[in-house]
Amino acid sequence: MKAFFLPSLKLTIILIVLLAGIYPLAIAGIGKFAPGNGDGETVTYNGRVVGFANIGQKFTKDKYFWSRPSAANYQADAGAGTNKGPSNPDYLKTVDAAIDTFLKHNPTVTRSQIPAELVTSSGSGLDPDLSPAGAQIQVARIAKVRNISADKINSLIATNTEKPLLGLFGPAKVNVLKLNVALDEMK
Amino acid sequence: MNTEYIGIIFMYLATVALAIPLGKYIAKVFKGEHTWLDFMAPVERFIFKIAGIDPNREMNWKQHLKALLTINVIWLFYAFFCLLFQAHLPLNPDGNPSQSPDLAFNTALSFITNTNLQDYSGESLATYFTQHFVFMFLHFVSAATGLAAMMVVFKAMKDKITDKLGNFWDFFLKSITRVLLPISFVVALILAFNGTPTSYKGKVAVIGLQGDTVHVSRGPVAAMVAIKQVGSNGGGWFGTNSAHPLENPNYLTNIVENISIILIPIALVFALGYYLNKKKLAWVIFGVMTIGFLAMVYPSVNAEVGGNPNIAHMGISQPGGSMEGKEVRFGAAASAYWGITTTVTSNGSVNSMHDSMMPVSGMAQMFDMMINAFYGGVGVGFLNFYIFIIIAVFISGLMVGRTPEFMGRKIEAREMKIASLIALLHPFVILVGTAISTYVLVHFANAAWATKPSAWLNNPGFHGFSEMLYQYASSAANNGSGYAGLTANNIFWNVSTGLVIFISRFLPIIGPVAIAGILANKKFVPESAGTLKTDTGTFGVMVLAVIVIVAALSFFPALTLGPIAEHFSIK
Repeated sequence: MKAFFLPSLKLTIILIVLLAGIYPLAIAGIGKFAPGNGDGETVTYNGRVVGFANIGQKFTKDKYFWSRPSAANYQADAGAGTNKGPSNPDYLKTVDAAIDTFLKHNPTVTRSQIPAELVTSSGSGLDPDLSPAGAQIQVARIAKVRNISADKINSLIATNTEKPLLGLFGPAKVNVLKLNVALDEMK
Repeated sequence: MNTEYIGIIFMYLATVALAIPLGKYIAKVFKGEHTWLDFMAPVERFIFKIAGIDPNREMNWKQHLKALLTINVIWLFYAFFCLLFQAHLPLNPDGNPSQSPDLAFNTALSFITNTNLQDYSGESLATYFTQHFVFMFLHFVSAATGLAAMMVVFKAMKDKITDKLGNFWDFFLKSITRVLLPISFVVALILAFNGTPTSYKGKVAVIGLQGDTVHVSRGPVAAMVAIKQVGSNGGGWFGTNSAHPLENPNYLTNIVENISIILIPIALVFALGYYLNKKKLAWVIFGVMTIGFLAMVYPSVNAEVGGNPNIAHMGISQPGGSMEGKEVRFGAAASAYWGITTTVTSNGSVNSMHDSMMPVSGMAQMFDMMINAFYGGVGVGFLNFYIFIIIAVFISGLMVGRTPEFMGRKIEAREMKIASLIALLHPFVILVGTAISTYVLVHFANAAWATKPSAWLNNPGFHGFSEMLYQYASSAANNGSGYAGLTANNIFWNVSTGLVIFISRFLPIIGPVAIAGILANKKFVPESAGTLKTDTGTFGVMVLAVIVIVAALSFFPALTLGPIAEHFSIK
């Protein structure tokens, strides 16, 4: 083994410099030209940074589109999923409770219309998106609280909907933070 | 057909379309032929010169293993001590603490072995220094270790009667400079321009639209996430891995990352064909692996898209399928597809929480790791498959009454002993580990440990058992994904999975390299009418049968207690 020790040690040191030093610095250098300068893309409202575009936020007020439930309470330095299994009885109770809460705040909605994403938590606990259906189901509530027509809000959802990639791949989605900013900007 | 299905079909076809030319390229690199990355040659010469290495000195299989083990031991100590003192090292903008000794032991072993089981969350128990100088560095070199070991076996199969099997350092460094680094560079830039941070600024506090203050962890994430996928490592920057919206911001990055997960493992099968000039053999191996892979993808996608029956009973709709633990931007189909690709390849990164998936998916994922050779990890996947080939050759030889031969060499008792031991090691460590943990859980549930065994599991019943079984399967397969509900950052789990990871990494490298080295030294028997042909569909079926018998049957009872029982309990 002795004959291999020194070459191993030297090779290790050189590779640490190359792979942990030079490589990420090169990426970071080029990343300066990415949106948000590589520090993460932010969203502003009234000239104030109100969050990161890719990081979901907690929205619980009736005048906003709600985000999905989160095991991390949307704390973006401790993202987490619930990791509850599909047959866990306690977990099923929390889903049931979330359905009841949703129905209480959205009295015009019937149970069978609620998409599961609104009562289940995401893997990261920071999901920034909803499906278009997940946003549309909340329109009646928001229209009433804000006293604006449902049509206006629906068209707001339509303009904020991101279609599948190239119209072909993956689900359509709506960024909840951007949608809520658009909602606030409307009045 | 809906866009979620088109998305995953596209991902698979694109992967194969890229893997074939990449395989050809990799074969060229290791044959020493000219490629368009030859401008790296001066860099390699410079590195060898400083390190005092002569890359042209031929080694036999024992010298290869000595070199491999020596450098791995150095990394182990380096990683362990960096983690133990990370709070006092530079590049710690978030002021995170050092890791405890048992956690550092587990983490160091986990990363040198390409496992990346993470009993910690990167946001709170790692620093920018350890993320890059330990984890990302090990991402590269552990993958290159697997590639180099595989190249020894390729070389041993190619040459006639020799113990000169090339130079370990040469294989190792070229794996990095010609394969891993260039691909990672491209992937990292795609990620960076789609929203993955490259920032060395630390955590930032923001007041949200509704008025709540949140702290957002960031970091130079893109560079690490790229090699995490390309090198079948899987250890992510953030605790929730590629489910985290900064590690995997949109469907395009999801496609790129998911292709990266299985790109090199598939390319290596084709590389074998080009390297040995036995393309038909490569297609047979690819065929067997693909059948196994698709047989897992189909039920898992089906189960996730179908949704959770227990939630359907509540009367709400599941248009997106089972969404617990999943991200809206990926959807159920791409989450299930990722779950299978990450477990067949020993990658272990996740874009959804496997713990919350349907039992059918959980079973498929565990089964992937129990077999660990459908594509498999970078380099080591082929080594595992090689063991199954040797066993299949031997058994088919016995069945037709011929001397078992593979690539012109007789397979005899010594090689078979090694192959059988390696094949049985995998079920042994998984099942014994799970049995011990279950025993401790039942009999010492309230032992006065820092984490009582009764607090280990996040779910009751069959699913709780699955959490433990999954953890050992993931450790033994050097996968690193987890049923993340398990409370694993404590002495029992850190130490026991650490040991499993260690044994299951190095013995399955030593075994195939030894077999190949011994075979290469044997007399070459030219192919005749009496030779069992290994590049035929019949032999492919034989290998598949051996895999199913050895791997599947040994695990069936354990799977019955976990995911199978849970599946039938959900109506």
